[in-house]
Amino acid sequence: MNRAAGVLRGDGPRANIIKNQHDKNRVDHGNAFVDRGWDMFKTIGLMKGTAIAGAALIFGLGLTGAFAQNTVKIGAVYPLSGNAASAGASAKAAIEVAVDVINNAHPELGDLTLARDAGLPNLNGAKVEVVFADNQGTPAAGQNQTLRLITEEKVHAVLGSYQSGITLTASAIAEKYGIPFLSPESVAANLTERGFKWFFRTTPVASDIAKIYMEFLTEMKAKGTKVDQIAIVNENTEYGTSIAKVIREAAQANGLNVGLEIPYSANTTDVQSQVLQLKDKNPDCIIFVSYTSDAILYMKTMQALGYKPPILIGDNSGFSDAAFLKSVGSIAQGAINRSAWSAGKPGSVTDRLNEMYKKKTGYDLDDSAGRAMQGFFTMVDAINRAGSTDPNKILTALKATDLKPNQLMMGYRGVKFDEKGNNILASALLIQIQGSDYVAVWPKESATAPLQMPYKGW
Amino acid sequence: MSMSLLQVLIGGLLLGAVYALFSSGLTLIWGMMNVVNFAHGDFVMIAMYIAFMVWKLLGGGPFMAMPIAAMLLATLGIIAYFALVRHVMKGPMLAQILGTFGLALLLRYGMFWTFGANFQSLPENLVGGTYDLWGIRIQASRLLAGTLAIILTIALHLMLTRTSLGSKMLAVAEDATAAQLMGIRPDRMQAIAWGLAAGLTGIAGALIATFFYISPTVGETLAIIAFVTVSLGGFGSITGALVAGLLIGVIESLSGYLIGAVYKDIVVYTIFIAVLWFRPQGLMGKN
Repeated sequence: MNRAAGVLRGDGPRANIIKNQHDKNRVDHGNAFVDRGWDMFKTIGLMKGTAIAGAALIFGLGLTGAFAQNTVKIGAVYPLSGNAASAGASAKAAIEVAVDVINNAHPELGDLTLARDAGLPNLNGAKVEVVFADNQGTPAAGQNQTLRLITEEKVHAVLGSYQSGITLTASAIAEKYGIPFLSPESVAANLTERGFKWFFRTTPVASDIAKIYMEFLTEMKAKGTKVDQIAIVNENTEYGTSIAKVIREAAQANGLNVGLEIPYSANTTDVQSQVLQLKDKNPDCIIFVSYTSDAILYMKTMQALGYKPPILIGDNSGFSDAAFLKSVGSIAQGAINRSAWSAGKPGSVTDRLNEMYKKKTGYDLDDSAGRAMQGFFTMVDAINRAGSTDPNKILTALKATDLKPNQLMMGYRGVKFDEKGNNILASALLIQIQGSDYVAVWPKESATAPLQMPYKGW
Repeated sequence: MSMSLLQVLIGGLLLGAVYALFSSGLTLIWGMMNVVNFAHGDFVMIAMYIAFMVWKLLGGGPFMAMPIAAMLLATLGIIAYFALVRHVMKGPMLAQILGTFGLALLLRYGMFWTFGANFQSLPENLVGGTYDLWGIRIQASRLLAGTLAIILTIALHLMLTRTSLGSKMLAVAEDATAAQLMGIRPDRMQAIAWGLAAGLTGIAGALIATFFYISPTVGETLAIIAFVTVSLGGFGSITGALVAGLLIGVIESLSGYLIGAVYKDIVVYTIFIAVLWFRPQGLMGKN
């Protein structure tokens, strides 16, 4: 009874308002509540009108150029919830450090892009503002959020989106709207095979990565280590599948044998059966292509089942997450990973950035977050060189990007894009868990500690 | 039978027992009042964080964490019942779904806010390492979790069927109005059910934390399994949850090992659908 009465009460005034709209001359309401409702209706209308006029005014001023550009808005679509949330939170913190570096004067950071002065010099010292959006770990949310950033937040460029499978959908929206999209960390091969005009990435890609692993394994084999059978264990979305495919092809080209491939879902609750399959086949080297939660489960389960391969390579992502190192680093001793990040000597630019990041998060900067930061610097540098937030001018500037190693915070040989949008100067080295940290071990000229073989585990 | 296959079977059974344990709370609440608790997985997640804090602050293992988590979660369950569930139960089905779902989000993002998005983990040898029995490796933490899971699920079943409190609860489940006429207070029984279910979830979480990673989103991953277990076993059936949990654990492990990890979900869900096709009420559910 109560509920029915509520519905009736709710309907009454609304019905009356509609009636009033149709018959504005008849002011005989006889009901104070209805009057109030109608007044509110008018007020809202008035407010809307003002807002529209205001927006039109701002828009008009912007067009005539009388209104100085004082913020550059960049959208960043990252996994802030879902299973990859820890990586997303790290990327967000790294980008926030970069915003501080760009917006404030940091002469102590030497040649690093845009560090010296406050704001963007070519845009009258305009500040950078980042609008973060949560891709929730799903391609659909990544797409929707990119759409929202472009159409509602009116961002001038978009950065993202950690998982390759999400970068795939998010960048398609930016392409459609003609907004520059830069992916600092997605490595799947096909991202740059789509003939996109607005897509760029600064990271080493699948083929670069496969090449590093193969050079390393070939060298090990030449030195007498047994590398007769390689196993690839990969999560089964865009990232894992594409890296696994490229590694398999590179191995064949180098005369190395991939005897076992185990694709799996990263959201899994249990990996015992996969570890037992590995134990049965006993390969000489395992390459894991995993996100954080699954990488942690593999290390725990391998220890529980008492299994360790002679060589264990963990391809970045999960293995680079600071949370991975903290939670299972002690039972993954000797795990090899790729990286382009090194904090370097105390007092160096990279060390100072690391300290800024550490102050904010309590963790050392890791490779994934570092690549996010480098991608952000690259995009803002292009906008600064464009001297404008016009998408076409940013596009031209991105294409003309030619950053030298001393302007970077990552260990790339530079940033220069080919016609597909890949960074042809991206590179990486191999690092290994020794004690509580990763140390650079290969190639020899970049090594800070000797390589420890075989994989020790716990 | 090869040693690996035996290892897979044992691993699957121990895993399944844990599935059963964290599903029993869900099925109990459904059986009592036809409410699906969408916050269930997040209750487990909270318990895992309690176990983590117990270790971090007090240095205690699961034996210290279990009673603490059980008490705190039981309290949380009772609060959830009086503050939320009792009210939304009067509303339409949608209100119940959105009510407990809202609670799930509140808990999940509350943990994001408190602990951050990072993954945590308890030290590997908190529960006596790993046993090696003729080449079969059994992790002490999983053995403890599996054994306690089976004992607790059976105890819950006996409590419901053999004690006067259990009879009262079942009476309320059967017909709340009739039970009230017999002098049983339905809201008190339902509150007890929520406390009991959440308390069990607390124990489950404290046990799972010893061999799993801990993160604010872990509840999502676990909740799916709980829902499958409960509907396969039969909504409201404790023994059904036990059988279904063990079954899913073994099927998942066997198919993952024999066919491949990507196919294990297909196998589990195919069997799940096939069972529901012939027995929509689940393996041991009532018509």
